[in-house]
Parts: sequence; C-alpha cells; structure tokens
Amino acid sequence: MLAIYKRELRSYFTTPLGYIFMAIFLCLAGVLFSTATLQARADSDVNYYFTYLLMSFVIVLPLLTMKLFSEERKLRTEQLLLTSPVTLTGMVLAKFFAAYTVFALTYGASCFSFIALYLYGTPNTAQLIGNSVGILLLGGACIAIGIFVSALTENQLIAAIGSMAILFAFVMVGFLSDYINSALLRTVIGWISILSRYNGFGNGVFEFNSILYYISIAVVFLFATVRVFERRRWA
Amino acid sequence: MIQIENLTKRYGAKTVLDNISFHVNDGEIVGFLGPNGAGKTTTMNILTGYLSAETGSARVGGIDILDQPLEAKKKIGFLPEQPPLYLDMTVKEYLDFIYELKHCTLNREKHLDEICSVIGIADVQNRMIRNLSKGYRQRVGIAQALVGNPPVIIFDEPTVGLDPKQIIEIRSLIKTLGKNHTVILSTHILPEVQAVCDRIVIINHGKIVANEKTENIANIVDGNRRLSLKICGPEKEVLAMLRNMHGIAYVQSTGATDKDSTTFLVESDPGLDMRKPLFNALAAKGWPLIGMESMGANLEDVFIAIVDKKESAARPTAKK
Repeated sequence: MLAIYKRELRSYFTTPLGYIFMAIFLCLAGVLFSTATLQARADSDVNYYFTYLLMSFVIVLPLLTMKLFSEERKLRTEQLLLTSPVTLTGMVLAKFFAAYTVFALTYGASCFSFIALYLYGTPNTAQLIGNSVGILLLGGACIAIGIFVSALTENQLIAAIGSMAILFAFVMVGFLSDYINSALLRTVIGWISILSRYNGFGNGVFEFNSILYYISIAVVFLFATVRVFERRRWA
Repeated sequence: MIQIENLTKRYGAKTVLDNISFHVNDGEIVGFLGPNGAGKTTTMNILTGYLSAETGSARVGGIDILDQPLEAKKKIGFLPEQPPLYLDMTVKEYLDFIYELKHCTLNREKHLDEICSVIGIADVQNRMIRNLSKGYRQRVGIAQALVGNPPVIIFDEPTVGLDPKQIIEIRSLIKTLGKNHTVILSTHILPEVQAVCDRIVIINHGKIVANEKTENIANIVDGNRRLSLKICGPEKEVLAMLRNMHGIAYVQSTGATDKDSTTFLVESDPGLDMRKPLFNALAAKGWPLIGMESMGANLEDVFIAIVDKKESAARPTAKK
C-alpha cells in the first residue's frame, strides 16, 4: 500500500498534472480570496471566500482524481496491482491518500493569503480554522467521488467530466430546496446537500453530524470503488 | 506446485473455459499452447487472481488464490500479455516500485542489479520507460515478474513483438529460469514451446485437448512430413511419379512458379523422412529439384493429430 501511495504521489510531480492542479487551485484561490475578502468588505469575513472556494472544487478536484484508475486501466498496469500482494482496499486507500496529500498541501499553501487579513484586518481565527477543517473534510469527500468515477472508465476525460457532474449535482441540490414546497423533500435535500452541511464550519462550530457526513461520503465512495474492482473480477 | 481444478469461466453466453484441470509440478516448464481466443490468457488471469472463475479452484504451492489471495500472489511473478509498465518512470524507479509493492526482503541493490544484468537491461536502467523500444519494454516486463524471486513465474506470450535475436535470448532465459523456478508460458507458436518446455498443455475452445511431454508432441508434429518442392519438369508426369512413390501419402500441384518449374506440396506417411528418396528419384528422372522446404505443422494439424491419436488409442481399450 505504501509503495502505491509513494508512486502515485511521485507521479503527480513527474507529470505536469500535479503542477497544473496546484497552479489552477492557487490561482483560483488567490483571485477568489482577493475579490471576496480584501476588495469586497472591510470586516474580514471569510465565509464568502470559502463558499466560492468549495464551489470551485467541482472543477478543480476532478483534475486530481481523473487519472488515478482510468490511466492504470488504459496502460494495463491495473493488472500489475491486482495481481500483486496488495488488498483492493489498500490499493484504493493508497490512491486516495496520494491525491489527498496533494490537495491538502496545496490548500495549506493557499493559506498564506490569510496573512494579509491579519496585517490589514481583524479576522476571526476560529472562523478560519473551522472553515479550513471543513474544506479539508469536504475535499476528502470530493476526492473519493472522483476516484470512484475514475475506476469506472479508462478515459481520463470521461472520468473528469463524470466527477464534475456528480460534484455539481451535490453542490446544486442545496439551491434547489429554495424552490421546493414539500417539507419532506427539503429535509431530504438537506441531508444530501454538501453546502448546507458546511454552514457550521463557516461559523467556527464543529458539528459532529457534519464531520460524520463528509467522512461517510468519502467512505461510501471508496467502498464503492473497491466493489467496482471486485465486481469486474467476476464479470 | 500449481493445481488447476475444474475451472469454468463464462463471459455472458460465451463459455471461455470449460471445466479445465491440469497440474504443474515443481521446477517444470510448461507450455500453454492454443490459438488466439482459446482461453490461455483467461486461465492465466484466473491463476494470478486477476479474474475469478465461476467454478473450480486454482492453487499455487497449495494455497488457493481465492481463499488466501495475498499469500498466493506472493508466490507468483506474472508477465501479462501487455507488460504493465508505468511510462513516466525510469526502469530503475519502476523496479524499485515493484520491489516495494511485493514486500521483498532480499537485498534490494544486489537483487535488482542481478535481475537487470540477467535480462540485459542494465544499460537502460536510467532511461524513461516511455522512451524504450518494444523489445526493451518487454524485457522490463519480464524483469518485473522476477522481482522477489517468486517460485512460480507465469509468462503470457513473452516473445510477441520481439525480433528473432531477442526471441532466442528470451527463450534461453526462460530455460535458465526453469532450473530453479516453476514456469508456465503461454504462446500460440508451436516451435516456441518445443524449444523451451518440458511439457505441453494444449487448449482449444476452452478445453484441454492435450497434456503431454514435449517429446510425445514432437512425434506427432514431425516437421518434415509436409514438404514444398520446386521441380523443373513436366507437371503431369512429375505428379504421376510422385503419386506412385512409396511413402508418399498425398501430392498436390500448386501450379507453375515460373517458366520451367512447378511447385508441389507433398505429404509423406507418418514417421518417414522422404527428403532423400525424393531427391534421388527426381535426379534419376533428370528433373532438377531446385527448391525444397519443409512446411512444418501448424497448430490445427497438431489438434487433429492429437484427437486422432486419442481416438485410435481409445478403440483397442474399448474392445477389451
């Protein structure tokens, strides 16, 4: 498992992909940060920034996950992994953590912009920490979804577009509830929506429910990925 | 070392493997022979745990690949049909990765150096795999299978796409490996298994048609039984003479090749080498023999020969 993790992490930086991801992420984060906080208001409220940032995950995170399994399948290296003494779960987790490491490091780098807030304003540190934890949890869920889609196809482009579509649906479903009268349906949407779960973090509050929600999305999709491989073996 | 029992595999309505069983003993080199689509690759994929069979079991060193996949997989080095290479790594990085992937405990530097020099890839160790030629890629694939020194090595068509010199090298390498490994080698090239293997398992349409020592197959597949002759002489008379010759089972003219010569296909009776008698007979008639080529036997002939042999062997026992 460690071998796959190391190889995967390494391959982000021996191919342009890792750099492209970091460049796009940091560029987007920088622009969003400066327009949503520095230029927009004086009160150092960062919640708008984080809301925009997590919406940008729909486009950005699939870049990180699209090749993880689709490329292995195309190059037939998948056969090497599946005939090696590694469990399917180990293989899937190794890939997940490799992508997650790149994501977390890049997010960490983007946090340097907070220095500007401390220099020129009075930010609420609890809010920053809460949002960061939320972003890191949500990122994990998005990466797991991306990995799942990547295991379904051998075409990277389809993997990317597929995961964008699923992430987009997860984000957009929250906005739907404003247009729905049925209380039941709105509650259900509240359960699914990635955004509505996020609000607590924005206020610097850790809600156990929300943390569990993001972790379980990640676990469910990683488990589904393992099942994809198991199923294919019997097909 | 390897026990395959009653494997059946279907893809939808198509039965790819139909209840096949065979064993491979310790230290044997077994050739797994069959035309394309016969089920060779499927069998190997099941044996290595890449696919699962519907029924039956595959055991390596007594360990079932489904019950204890990790233990069984540790015992196998596998070169799939298409070598599983990461193009963005150098050969050395790749083998390092494989070393870690297989949880090897041998001395890393020494072990990998040894493999590289045996396979002949020491000089490309620091090159990116994407820049290697097909032959070198295939060799890196073979090297990968040897990492960790597994007792069982499985090669799926290891010589496809190599040039003749490389083919000879790889074959002699496999023979060397056979001294202290159990090797299964799949191919659709008959002379390849004859050159390398101790035993030959032939599969066709998902069924095992033969499981024989190589010598026994060699008798069936006497390469000099079918000859192509180029003779300068009158077509009809030559044909008549060949037909009347003792030991010739079948003659056919394939027509004039140029102004004064004609090509004939001749098949001799089993166990006879007709090359010298043919030459002498033609010389006596004053018809120069300007070309003689042995056609060898193709896989189809082997199947037919084996099935025939089985039937004729079955008849006398039935009478008893």
